[in-house]
Amino acid sequence: MQPGKWLTALFAIAVALASGSHAWGQQTIKVAYTDPLSGPFAQVGDANLKQMQYIIDYINAKGGALGKKFELVPFDNKSQPSDALIALKSATDQNMPFIMQCSGSNIAAALIDAVNKHNDRNPDNRIIYLNCGAVAPELTNEQCSFWHFRFDLHAAMKAEVMVRALPKDVTKVYLINQDYLFGQSVQREVKNFLGKLRPDVQVVGDELIPLGKIKDFSPYITKIKASGAQALLTGNWGPDMNLLIKAGVDAGADLRYYTFYAHLAGGPTAIGAGGDNRVLAVMSFGENVAPETGNAEAEAFTKGFRDKHKFDFSAAGFRTIFEYLQAAVNKAGSVDPTKVAFALEGLTIKDFLGFETTMRKDDHQLISEYFVGTFKKGVKYDAEGTGLGWATSATVLAKDIDQPNTCKMKRPKS
Amino acid sequence: MEVFVVSLLNGLVYGMLLFMLASGLTLILSMMGVLNFAHASAYMLGAYFAYTISQYIGFWPALIIAPVLCGLIGAAIEMWGLRRVHRNGHIAELLFTFGLALIIEKGVQMTWGLLPVPYRVPELLDFPLFRIYGTQFPAYRAFMLLISALMFGAIWLGLTRTRIGLVIQAALTHPDMASALGHNVPRIFTLVFAAGTALAGLAGVIGGNYQVTEPAMAFTMGPIVFVVVVFGGLGSLTGCFIASILMGLIQTFAVVFDVSLADLLAKFGYVVTKDTPFAEVLTVTLPRIGALLPFLMMVLILVFRPRGLMGTRDT
Repeated sequence: MQPGKWLTALFAIAVALASGSHAWGQQTIKVAYTDPLSGPFAQVGDANLKQMQYIIDYINAKGGALGKKFELVPFDNKSQPSDALIALKSATDQNMPFIMQCSGSNIAAALIDAVNKHNDRNPDNRIIYLNCGAVAPELTNEQCSFWHFRFDLHAAMKAEVMVRALPKDVTKVYLINQDYLFGQSVQREVKNFLGKLRPDVQVVGDELIPLGKIKDFSPYITKIKASGAQALLTGNWGPDMNLLIKAGVDAGADLRYYTFYAHLAGGPTAIGAGGDNRVLAVMSFGENVAPETGNAEAEAFTKGFRDKHKFDFSAAGFRTIFEYLQAAVNKAGSVDPTKVAFALEGLTIKDFLGFETTMRKDDHQLISEYFVGTFKKGVKYDAEGTGLGWATSATVLAKDIDQPNTCKMKRPKS
Repeated sequence: MEVFVVSLLNGLVYGMLLFMLASGLTLILSMMGVLNFAHASAYMLGAYFAYTISQYIGFWPALIIAPVLCGLIGAAIEMWGLRRVHRNGHIAELLFTFGLALIIEKGVQMTWGLLPVPYRVPELLDFPLFRIYGTQFPAYRAFMLLISALMFGAIWLGLTRTRIGLVIQAALTHPDMASALGHNVPRIFTLVFAAGTALAGLAGVIGGNYQVTEPAMAFTMGPIVFVVVVFGGLGSLTGCFIASILMGLIQTFAVVFDVSLADLLAKFGYVVTKDTPFAEVLTVTLPRIGALLPFLMMVLILVFRPRGLMGTRDT
């Protein structure tokens, strides 16, 4: 064969492959997913990705939606808003109907803004933003958008759950939070609910720390002890949470730790056996919830993940997201983002643990049950091989955390 | 008083850990002129090696084996990598080590995963040594102090009292003359680089379970080590020691003092209100910027005393 013919043949094959994959692409419902998959917070994104993939496989095995399967397309955003916007551009270029993002309220704020603009300008190529964990309250209040749906309780709701979980004998608390949008809202909301629900509690210390900069928290522990606090309340996540509690446990401080994220990747490893019965987490799910409530099906589902991967399953909320998507696409009879968004509004679903959940129509905030877990010995499923695990010490029902909102939703006409 | 004593101890432990890391870097930097960006990566590798080894044969063998492994890797890097790059000048070396640091981080992520590994303090040392004003001082921290003090002594004796130490010092200041006298200067360079990397590895072994062993640990530790080396002065082990302890104490005590510039101004009778220009900056308290203080000090010392505290030449 002459070189020219080779090239023609190659070109023909390339075209055939491209059109083939294109045809196959029509069969799936693509969900773009953007989170840090490299850099210091890569562990968070990576753990999310693995759990989502497990959930999608399950949902697809149950028939997907409208006979189509869901497909997850990951984009690394390196914890940078600018990279998240590049991911959004790629997703809209490929006509993906959904984009999902979990870590970083600053990134979420940028995404909401960009999605609004894009959908206004391109009515025939819209996209829905599924927020799986950026929890600054502003996102569904001042900044609320028709195209944004949040599937995790926001910081004010979590703060209320945390304050309600404070035992009666605790009267002196210390607050430590990360110095950025999210940490500042936790600080503000916790103080707000302490004032409303527990006026007897005195805040003896209130501190903001630089995000991800501190390597040794021992000096903070010294300060906290000197303040006479009985409990430490923190919204910290990642290394800032792990090192903080590790330092406290190492110093043998007589403290109780109330956290938002101690149960997530790396937390239990850092806390260790010294944190027995001292650390509490406000969480959407724990592996022991299912066996405690005798829900064999949910237990088998979470155990399936544990058998496959080396780490724990914590993301029940992600399953709720895909069940909502499944239901909304089926209800809309189409994957058209505008129709799906209208179908999502006010949708109610019984989640796989058997609790009622609602996607609130007026601000697109999911209202679901929430748990408070205590890290201790003697549970059925331990966390990260530490021998200790999260026992559910309180369950808060959706109707009890249905806080009001200030959203003025603008809906598209078509 | 209570806070002062406990903070002093904490600052000392952290400072000594910094010193273990920085001593290797200052040797390499002052001798070979290589700004080794991969130094903190050796610290991370030391921690991960120690974790893996301690799973099979325990912590104590790991204390020896992991630094040796790091040293061998360092020797290999110097012999087959840096020496070739060296011909193209300092910028090439700098880029080379920078690339190396990124590759090592990715390699660690691929080998051990993105999550922290459960590298724990050995049981023999996992008890509170003493209580001071109700705060426990873990025995492991005392052990860290001991190891780093021993290391300081060993390096100092080695450099000033042994033949090889004298040759190293000679090669440091007059490489051509040392070479003309028949000493194998390239081999000395390899030796120093390997020793420096091994020291970083040792710091990783004892620092990995004091902090958390995870792929980001090199990235978070790297910058502060450079600050120590620049602040202490090139080629001065004593300067490096003083700078490490100082940085450890500064970071510890910065947390304890809840003061801001506004408080300082108030002493002079100037009250900062919301309407004062730069009120936001003036009211930031010390703990919020504590982690930045070392970098501020580095900038100041580069401006006013470029050779560092005890350095013999300009940076």
